[in-house]
Amino acid sequence: MELTGEAYWLPIIFISLMGLSFLIYAVLDGYDLGVGILLPADAEKERDIMIASIGPFWDANETWLVLGVGLLLIAFPSAHSLILYHLYVPVTVMIIGLILRGVAFDFRAKAPADHKDLWDKCFKAGSLMAASSQGFMLGMYVMGFDNSWQAWLFSGLSAVCVTAGFSFIGGAWLVLKTEGELQLKAARWTRRCGILTAVGIVAVSIVNPLISPGIFEKWFGSPVALLLMVIPVVCLLAFVLVDRYLAKFPYQHDFGSWIPLASVALIFLLCFIGLGYSFFPDVVPGQIDIWQAASAPEALWFILYGTVIVLPTILFYTVFAYRVFWGKATHLNYY
Amino acid sequence: MLFESLDTLMLSRIQFAANISFHILFPAINIALCWFLFFFRIQYNRTQDEIWMRCYRFWIKIFALSFALGVVGGITMSFQFGTNWPGYMETVGTIAGPLLGYEILTAFFLEATFLGVMLFGVNRVSARVHTFATGLVTVGTSLSAFWILALNSWMQTPAGFEMRDGVAIPTSWVEVIFNPSFPYRLAHMLAASGLTVAFLIAGISAYRLLKGDHKPAPRLALKVGITAAALFIPIQFVLGDLHGLNTLKHQPAKVAAMEAVWHTEKGAPLVLFAIPDEKTQTNHFAIEIPKLASLILTHDMDGEIRGLNEFEGLHPPVKPVFYGFRIMVGIGALMLLVSWVACWQLYRNKELPRWMLKVLLGMTFSGWAASIAGWYVTEIGRQPWLVSGVLKTADAVTSIGAPYVAMSLTFYIVLYVVLMFAYMRTLFLMARKSVLVDRPEEVETLQDKLNPLTQH
Repeated sequence: MELTGEAYWLPIIFISLMGLSFLIYAVLDGYDLGVGILLPADAEKERDIMIASIGPFWDANETWLVLGVGLLLIAFPSAHSLILYHLYVPVTVMIIGLILRGVAFDFRAKAPADHKDLWDKCFKAGSLMAASSQGFMLGMYVMGFDNSWQAWLFSGLSAVCVTAGFSFIGGAWLVLKTEGELQLKAARWTRRCGILTAVGIVAVSIVNPLISPGIFEKWFGSPVALLLMVIPVVCLLAFVLVDRYLAKFPYQHDFGSWIPLASVALIFLLCFIGLGYSFFPDVVPGQIDIWQAASAPEALWFILYGTVIVLPTILFYTVFAYRVFWGKATHLNYY
Repeated sequence: MLFESLDTLMLSRIQFAANISFHILFPAINIALCWFLFFFRIQYNRTQDEIWMRCYRFWIKIFALSFALGVVGGITMSFQFGTNWPGYMETVGTIAGPLLGYEILTAFFLEATFLGVMLFGVNRVSARVHTFATGLVTVGTSLSAFWILALNSWMQTPAGFEMRDGVAIPTSWVEVIFNPSFPYRLAHMLAASGLTVAFLIAGISAYRLLKGDHKPAPRLALKVGITAAALFIPIQFVLGDLHGLNTLKHQPAKVAAMEAVWHTEKGAPLVLFAIPDEKTQTNHFAIEIPKLASLILTHDMDGEIRGLNEFEGLHPPVKPVFYGFRIMVGIGALMLLVSWVACWQLYRNKELPRWMLKVLLGMTFSGWAASIAGWYVTEIGRQPWLVSGVLKTADAVTSIGAPYVAMSLTFYIVLYVVLMFAYMRTLFLMARKSVLVDRPEEVETLQDKLNPLTQH
């Protein structure tokens, strides 16, 4: 059956929107999950500042996950069911993690003083659970929910890689938002996490085409192969830039403290483009493509109208919120 | 025997019930509490009286905590559909998806983004922008309620769609959203939230007074809470009555279960109390008022009420619906009595006697109990359907093995119990803290910051 008109391009629009949501999610909630993972066991004052740096944002950041999953459900209901069926256990772990950190954030400031440490540990544990389970899910998804030991190994690798990646961007966020001793520490954390992330990305990039002939063909068998090599090259340059910049930290007048965050966001973007290119047009790799899984056009049109109007508005006031809390993080106070 | 019935379906139902019961508690607070905060904020702008700001400052902390718990419960819910009820999404995802999508797009982002400004932005934005941010969060939480109740009402009284290859395809979004029971359900829930918060504010403020807090803020909050409760409760009775009429028209099986009417009858009595027995299809130990159920439900002494016998095999379990309804109405009646007596005392003597403060303290969470009972009536009352007349609950459940669901259910329940305990404890702890701490200088600097005239 030849797909033309709305039946052809509506699913493409929605898979793009979904990809965009997950990318924004990975960058934004990525940094605040990362900050949670990096929380030091000692140094309560530093923990306070670290958590204050994400305080006004984490809730809105997490909403992008809900939007991504929501778009999957709206646009590709059968894929939504299939994916969540296979991910039952890691989804449960992720949700427990998100619950823990979401409430710990608030309880730590309000509970009796001697409980604060415990809630901070919950915050860290929750962040770790959420990040690693998301990485694990990504691995299982990429492997098409295969049940072999290779698939499990790959998913484990992906869990480590994503956790490192989130810590990487979390560290970069702290370099931007903090100062003094904590900023120096953040610079060290960021470098270490950067190396780990780079190793992870390289491993995934090697394993992925090796186990999937289709993906190998897409990357190396196509006439645009040379063009595609721009992705890993720019990625590598960004890694080097972050590492070199942080090696000589700190600089006078806080010179370029935005560089690591911007570079890591670029790395995330490139990884997303790479993954997207590998799997398009499948929504479940090797099983269902976007046209097979697409919902009825009646539903897609209805939500598309709203999205076109609302999404720019959301981006606009998100920028507004970041401007309100521009500059170095300070202690949070409710009034 | 017990464990044999704990299959994936039953466990998923318990898990869903646990999740939604936990989740609903916090929106029930957040929707209306935000309106109260907005009111406090505007009163402060208008009068420049620091007491209003103190009320705002105290209750915004409780709002922040309740909001966080609402968010995490909501995220759990959003994944539940896919993990445990794939049949739901495959059959009615074309309708449920966009409604949930609009909730995320129009409400979630708005609330979540401006919550940050509302909570932490006082020093960074002007008084006007801060008030505006509070207003936007308020609108956001109410919009959330709008979309969720549109979806829930659609599941109760579906409209504006046709079935094509076993999938519900929307034909009119206006009819989908404004389906027959939606206006009543939305109004009933908003009023329930108003009452929940009114009693929460009254209860916690009464607790502060009982603990010897002599600052003016808790007195003022108490007054606001009681006045609001006294105003909302009669409105809620009218709304509840209208909602009941609507349910009788569209979901007669639910009403039959609520009233434990086993056989269709004219001039049905109102059953105040009874023990319904599904085996014998009778009510034991019934205390009844003749003809009153017909009068209330049909506004006619001899109006006909269809009995459960007309819905053989397709009516909800009677006991939970029957008892849930009586608990909800009973708490409502108690709310009416307490709020009116307290209001009368307050406006006559300017003070509440200690016994009344204790009664209000005892009723701090009465709104929760009534809301939960009400939701059980409406949700269990829809069974065995997940979407009335379209999809049965049993046909929507996942094929995942029972042990997996048992595992996740265990985790959720443990977590929810711990969190509920921590939440309630923290609420009273915050109340006690504010009794102990008196910080006039902080209020002064705050006033400087918040006074639009001194802001540059």
